[in-house]
Amino acid sequence: MTYRLRSHWIGLVLLAVSIAFLVSVPAWGSGYLKRTIVEFIYLLALAQAWNLMAGYGGMLSIGQQGWLGIGAYALVVLAEDLGINPFLAIPLAGLVVAALAWPSTLLLFRLRGAYFAVGTWVLAEVLRLAVTANIDWLGGAKGRSVRSLMNYDRFMRENLTYIVCLLLAAGGLAAIYFALRSKTGLALTAIRDSEPGASGVGIKVLRTKRFVYVVASGFTGALGALIYANLLSVSPDAAFSLNWTAYVIFIVVIGGVGTLEGPIIGTAVFFLLRQFLFGFQEWSLIIFGGIAVTVMIVAPQGLWGLVKQRFDFELLPVRRRLPARLITEPSAVRAADRLDPA
Amino acid sequence: MTIIYTIINGILLGGLYTLFGTGLALTFGIMRTVNLAHGDMIVFGSFMSLLITRFLGLPPFISLVVLIPAMFLVGQVLQHALLNRTLQQGVMPSVIMTFGLSVILQNAMLLSFSADRASLPIGSLATMSLPLSGDFAIGVLPLINLATAVLVLYLLHLFFRCTMMGRAFRATSDDPTTVELMGVSSRQMYALAMGIAFAVIAVSAVFMGARTNFSPLDGPARLIFAFEVVIIGGMGSLKGVLAGGLILGIAQALGGAVNPAWFQLAGHVATLLVLAVRPSGLFPETIDRT
Amino acid sequence: MAVLEVEDIHAHYGLFHALKGVSLEVASGDVLAIVGANGAGKSTLLRAICGALPVTGGKVAMNGSSIQNQPAYELNALGIALVPEGRRIFPSLSVEDNLVLGGYRGRKGHWTLQRVYELFPELVKRRHNAGLDLSGGEQQMVAIGRALMSNPELILMDEISLGLAPIVVEQIYRAMGDITAQGATVLLVEQDLSRAFTVAQHVCFLLEGRVSLRGVPSALGDQEMMTAYFGASV
Repeated sequence: MTYRLRSHWIGLVLLAVSIAFLVSVPAWGSGYLKRTIVEFIYLLALAQAWNLMAGYGGMLSIGQQGWLGIGAYALVVLAEDLGINPFLAIPLAGLVVAALAWPSTLLLFRLRGAYFAVGTWVLAEVLRLAVTANIDWLGGAKGRSVRSLMNYDRFMRENLTYIVCLLLAAGGLAAIYFALRSKTGLALTAIRDSEPGASGVGIKVLRTKRFVYVVASGFTGALGALIYANLLSVSPDAAFSLNWTAYVIFIVVIGGVGTLEGPIIGTAVFFLLRQFLFGFQEWSLIIFGGIAVTVMIVAPQGLWGLVKQRFDFELLPVRRRLPARLITEPSAVRAADRLDPA
Repeated sequence: MTIIYTIINGILLGGLYTLFGTGLALTFGIMRTVNLAHGDMIVFGSFMSLLITRFLGLPPFISLVVLIPAMFLVGQVLQHALLNRTLQQGVMPSVIMTFGLSVILQNAMLLSFSADRASLPIGSLATMSLPLSGDFAIGVLPLINLATAVLVLYLLHLFFRCTMMGRAFRATSDDPTTVELMGVSSRQMYALAMGIAFAVIAVSAVFMGARTNFSPLDGPARLIFAFEVVIIGGMGSLKGVLAGGLILGIAQALGGAVNPAWFQLAGHVATLLVLAVRPSGLFPETIDRT
Repeated sequence: MAVLEVEDIHAHYGLFHALKGVSLEVASGDVLAIVGANGAGKSTLLRAICGALPVTGGKVAMNGSSIQNQPAYELNALGIALVPEGRRIFPSLSVEDNLVLGGYRGRKGHWTLQRVYELFPELVKRRHNAGLDLSGGEQQMVAIGRALMSNPELILMDEISLGLAPIVVEQIYRAMGDITAQGATVLLVEQDLSRAFTVAQHVCFLLEGRVSLRGVPSALGDQEMMTAYFGASV
């Protein structure tokens, strides 16, 4: 127990140090450093949103690029057409996406497992086609630029983007962390492991899943708005690109599906590899794909899973643990009841 | 009259989609998983046929003699070497692995064949047609395609109904644990099923390459068509695949006739409509195993 | 000559130690009944013998050659068939397809589709019905017939009377005579002791994963059997 408590403290100290570092960056960091950190953080946050939905909730979406793209376009519409302050429009874009994601579950949740995955992909395609078809309003295949952001001078814009990114990611990640530690987190894990079992103990399966899907998608949408606020223009092929989901899945899989620490490691690995393979887009995707396949076979629990297994160590514990004395006998007897009724 | 021509064109297009959907319906029906690299494998098959055509000087349809057994083998190896290893862990590993494979294939093909569009040289067959009335004619190639799709489905139907191995496949689909008590290895069945699905992919690849041009990044769209065929027809049902293929083809043709930009969108909308009204498709067959 | 020799086998479900060193021998043509309370390990024993569950220790041999931890589908080809608990009929296959599939490995012998229909005439008129549509008794007949179609040397039957009407149980047990008459050796797990004793030459009691008593049914005393069934505290 003391070991586990100590690892928890290490986690908190690391967290505090990183927050202090991140908050101080605008005071002294270069534009390049800020952009790199923004990119690191939004990838990490996208990965955590997917991880919440797939790793904890068992909803294997490969269509989150659809919500990312809608978020980016919501930013354009809110900031350019409705004249809302673009930095305020970023979280609002998340709300817009959440409002659209909710009704989509009415159809998507009719599909299960692997079919749900392809269903989300079809939905993302529908969203992309719907946006591309609007040549006059949304610029068709060429897209539109976010002019209202160009009114800020560069230094100001970079700092504001950086701060909005920090706030958004911190808010989102904290929400995910506390949601997972709450009853919703337990319910979600129960649903992932067995839907009939979960509904048998009174969990409102559909409501919980829907809540998680809508939150994760809204968060993804807000991040999409942030990403394209950073890039100053948005086009459908880039914003709705399957590569977003590919990156996110590789990050989560490499780090460890269903852990909060895994995606941090995954994002770091992803960054290093991408830096190393800069200019070789195809090769880098081949390598990421190869790593994801290999990880699934060799160590499906990912890099962090290996560490955790080796050292029984969690920096950001979300599981409730049983006291050791309860773990051995009774659960063994329960397992026996389940498997050998004769 | 135009609307009838449009529907006929849709049906002929549906022949191709039926072939796309057959492979996916097979693997889902037996293993309850979806190979997300299905579309990329079709594109891969088209490129392989192109290579065979180019280097052995065979016409594309003769290249099937080499391509079908080769793809059958690729499918078996994929199942044995990768997917069978993670059967105990639910659908997540297979979804992620085949997604990874899809990304690998797309980019490997981009590196090998560049992003330019290619097509299979089929000579005069491309333009041959049967005149139906003064201003309307049916292409011979789409007709052969539709007939092939129906034939493939009929042969598979006979195989599953009337042979011992077909029974073993259906039993594996019902209950992969109990089937082992009958002397059937479910892993071997899975590998064979993937092999058969890939053999069908080879056939659809040649027809796709002959009818349209293709490029390395076309895979996801083909997967989505195949998926829509299966959703409309009913999961894992072979009967439904034909219906699903034709409905998708007709929907796209009608949508495209109204506005060329609505071609794909109309197919998506048809799928979503079926999903809303009959979530298990028009001819559901697979028993839910959860 | 023993068809089946089981020597000190162990099996686990996760952390749970389900079989703690069970040994037994079955002679050719014998019917051995395995009895015991819920959770004693009866089904586990059958599943371990036929390869459906890995054995974590000990030895299983058939006709003198070791067979433990071979997969179930290989053991079926060697002549071991399990009639599983809960019958496990393939719901989308017809009765006939279920039966024919039982002969997948093509072992030759007395049992053919025709002979199975003679053993269970009720199935003839249901031959084209899906497994899904059968009554419990019909399902049990299909399950037994399906196992016979592989012409097994050793047939393992798990709770074949569970949940069935007495008249159906009667009918199924009558078939047992024909099955053993063809030379098959039977291992029978049965809750209904008196029923088991009518067909079994030998009986073996399991208690908490161990053999607590074995012998010829007529030679065992009531008190002895009570203790072997419920444990020493009764």
